[in-house]
Amino acid sequence: MKIGTPKEIFEGENRVAMTPASARDLQKLGYDCVIESGAGKAAGFSDAAYKDAGVEVVKTGTALFKAADIIAKVRPPSDAETKRLREGQTLISFFYPAQNDKLMDLANKQGATVIAMDMVPRISRAQKMDALSSMANIAGYRAVIEASNNFGRFFTGQITAAGKVPPAKVLVVGAGVAGLAAIGTATSLGAVTYAFDVRPEVAEQVESMGAEFVFLDFKEEQQDGAATGGYASVSSPEFAAAQLAKFREIAPDMDIVITTALIPGRDAPELWTKDMVESMKPGSVIIDLAAERGGNCKLTVMDEKVVTENGVTIIGYTDFPSRMAAQSSTLYSTNIRHMMTDLTPAKDGVPVHNMEDDVIRGATATHAGEVTFPPPKPKIAAIAAAPKKAAPKELTAEEKRAAETAAFKLQTRNQVSMLAIGGALLLAIGLVAPASFMQHFIVFVLSVFIGFQVIWGVAHSLHTPLMAVTNAISSIIILGALVQIGSGSFLVIILAALAVFMTGINIFGGFLVTRRMLAMFQKS
Amino acid sequence: MEFGFTTAAYVVAAVLFILSLGGLSGQESAKRAVWYGIVGMGLAVAATLVGPGAGYWFLSLLMIIGGGIIGHQLATKVQMTQMPELVAAMHSLVGLAAVFVGYIAHFELNRVFGMGMGSRNALEGFAAMLAHKSGVEIAILRVELFLGVFIGAITFTGSVIAYGKLAGRVNSAAQKLPGGHFLNIAAAAIAVLTLVWYFNTGGFLPLFIMTLAALFIGYHLIMGIGGADMPVVVSMLNSYSGWAAAAIGFSLGNDLLIVVGALVGSSGAILSYIMCKAMNRSFVSVILGGFGGPAGEQMAVEGEQIAIDSDGVATALNEADSVIIIPGYGMAVAQAQSSVAELVRKLRAQGKNVRFAIHPVAGRLPGHMNVLLAEAKVPYDIVMEMDEINEDFPTTDVAIVIGSNDIVNPAAQDDPNSPIAGMPVLECWKAKQVFVSKRGQGTGYSGIENPLFYKENTRMFYGDAKKSLDELLPKID
Repeated sequence: MKIGTPKEIFEGENRVAMTPASARDLQKLGYDCVIESGAGKAAGFSDAAYKDAGVEVVKTGTALFKAADIIAKVRPPSDAETKRLREGQTLISFFYPAQNDKLMDLANKQGATVIAMDMVPRISRAQKMDALSSMANIAGYRAVIEASNNFGRFFTGQITAAGKVPPAKVLVVGAGVAGLAAIGTATSLGAVTYAFDVRPEVAEQVESMGAEFVFLDFKEEQQDGAATGGYASVSSPEFAAAQLAKFREIAPDMDIVITTALIPGRDAPELWTKDMVESMKPGSVIIDLAAERGGNCKLTVMDEKVVTENGVTIIGYTDFPSRMAAQSSTLYSTNIRHMMTDLTPAKDGVPVHNMEDDVIRGATATHAGEVTFPPPKPKIAAIAAAPKKAAPKELTAEEKRAAETAAFKLQTRNQVSMLAIGGALLLAIGLVAPASFMQHFIVFVLSVFIGFQVIWGVAHSLHTPLMAVTNAISSIIILGALVQIGSGSFLVIILAALAVFMTGINIFGGFLVTRRMLAMFQKS
Repeated sequence: MEFGFTTAAYVVAAVLFILSLGGLSGQESAKRAVWYGIVGMGLAVAATLVGPGAGYWFLSLLMIIGGGIIGHQLATKVQMTQMPELVAAMHSLVGLAAVFVGYIAHFELNRVFGMGMGSRNALEGFAAMLAHKSGVEIAILRVELFLGVFIGAITFTGSVIAYGKLAGRVNSAAQKLPGGHFLNIAAAAIAVLTLVWYFNTGGFLPLFIMTLAALFIGYHLIMGIGGADMPVVVSMLNSYSGWAAAAIGFSLGNDLLIVVGALVGSSGAILSYIMCKAMNRSFVSVILGGFGGPAGEQMAVEGEQIAIDSDGVATALNEADSVIIIPGYGMAVAQAQSSVAELVRKLRAQGKNVRFAIHPVAGRLPGHMNVLLAEAKVPYDIVMEMDEINEDFPTTDVAIVIGSNDIVNPAAQDDPNSPIAGMPVLECWKAKQVFVSKRGQGTGYSGIENPLFYKENTRMFYGDAKKSLDELLPKID
């Protein structure tokens, strides 16, 4: 089968769905690759590079759609492109089936299978083909770079001979993939970074990236993000109010604000209001990564950079991944390649569209003449829901004391009764047994007692050496044989000599092997 | 004849032995502790040779040296994976020695009492000590030596069978003769009857019959216990060898034997207890062999086992920040410990947090895995006990299970009807990804299906553990 990638026709789109490197990997899966001339040019991949990788280069998009059985591209197809699809052809691209149902119906009418890269379910197995995440990662990085480009100061604080430079303060709203990438980039540039998210469970991730999590002084329990596949959900009005109040409080301090808050299937929530923008210092920068969906800031203009009256720059670009086309093409083409790997279990160049597979099923929008969107819920949850922790019952001081006293009493009772029984048994034996026996018996009982006291302290990891050493010292029975050997008949000598011999093996063997083992235990 | 010097030496030796066991509480102090043991043993033997055992001292010395040479050979040649066999084999020697010493005591007892009063006073050494005993003391002596021989004989055959099973010379599955435990009970009953008989007559025949019965019990008891329960068996035999020594010590009136026997006996008993607790099984149920039948319908396992190749494992490991490795008997069988250690070294060189999780009953001997890892030069401070590490799994990126099965079986927690329900297990399935290195599909020793292998985040890395790891190693960078 042939996989083909056309040139993206969307205005300003620089990415390409196949790179020479991914083409080589696809060929290993048994596919032939074909590309439209100039498709990779904007991302820095020349036709010659594709040819070197064994990719056939065709002149026009029409020729490509004819040649290829599987079309891999980045943006959703245009109507014209969709009309070129034919029966049995597969299209792999971002598709947004929820917003593009007309396009989906059209593709279905053409008889094509559509795999929407934006619909790959968020489960661990599918991470390698999660193109939304890989693109969001780039967007997060690029957002910081754009911000620094428009920000007139250093990010990092410096004390130089020419004066002191305070570090820039960056606030990242929404700690999804893009938000986390932005946090990582901002901290590594040296900024003091703060982050906020409505899902309190991401605080740990935020802190691991080096930012400080902005906690709200708010009691209501937030819905666990796990219930919504790791995405944020709509918050209650009270929560939203508390959130805005907090932002209003910190807005004057912030030099750079990067908002990434999106709720699946809705317009972006307004988080950065006009008055917050007005309270910011001149020269501050706002990057609104949610611009495509209306923006987290109402002053944002999609795809444009605006400067407010008080000198705050607001950037509403929506093409951050495309601005880093070489990087994003590499990652996206790898996502595609992973998708093909899952579609081609036999590595023979023939895709097997297994609708039982959670990942493939989830990403498929149309297949075999049917619209298969929306997919059923995946069989497994993306993230295990954190069990609600029942707060441990706080014991009052009195209850605690009572419990301790009870435990102490129980322990005392156990010990005393054990001692009483043991003592009584000893006395009973002492009544009948002769003194010479009792003498040894007491030694025995004490030794058992010492043994129990000592052995509990032995480290678990040293149990094997313990066995070897106890084995060696249990050969103390050699003393018995030694005492007896000179005592009597020939038979006795033979038996005793044998016993001495065998215990001799044990003594030397046991101690030596213990020493060998112990010498091996090393500290790092 | 009094040997004040010998007694003093015995006291010193006893103290040294106690210190020697106590010192095993830490890896560093253990290195010193083993010397205490050696010095104690040397002192005890030397004091006996110059004192009460001076009779044929040259022959004794010769025998010790001969045994010492063989022991030295064994100890230096043995592979660390063969430690369980070696320990079992050495227990059998102690058991047999106890039988011999008990027999000698019996022969001497009869010989001494066959003599007239005059010749008794002329006796020396061991016989002289016997000659001074009163009637009650003789009766107690008989019980003591009877017990010593009984325990010694069980230890002997039990250890031989345990050795055979561990070395793979005897089928390690649980086997019983027709009649099962009734045979054991019958043999035990014979032993009790012969005790009464021997107590009254002091003849050789009852002692001999009892020895045969005890040998049979040892054989049959251990035959009925399967391979995975071997940690309990070996520590139990360890305990028995101690009690045998203590019983012999009573019959010889030797306090040092009693002290050491009691120490070893209690040590083995505690080890058995720890092992049983780690398997959530009672000591009796282990000794009676086999797993109890399931209490009801076991949960069906859904899903499929998904295989992965070394490339996949390497990618995951290269990306992971924290890794926990769970070794089991399979690692010992495949001799894979040095490959594991190499893997760990490489991963740690990349700054990853790599640790080992050791279940108390992993392997065939208490602490078996620790010794193997130590041999492969894995630093002991990254080798963790189950309790120390179990709660860290949820924050771990990759857990690698190498040749273990039941100790990572989630059914122990989830399925109240599972035969291993309630057994503490390593919760590796809580890690983000689990790789299981295993020779092939199929259940482990216990025959219990392991739902871990079917979990969504589990990938099966089939193949011989050593080969798989060696294939994996060059791909880690």
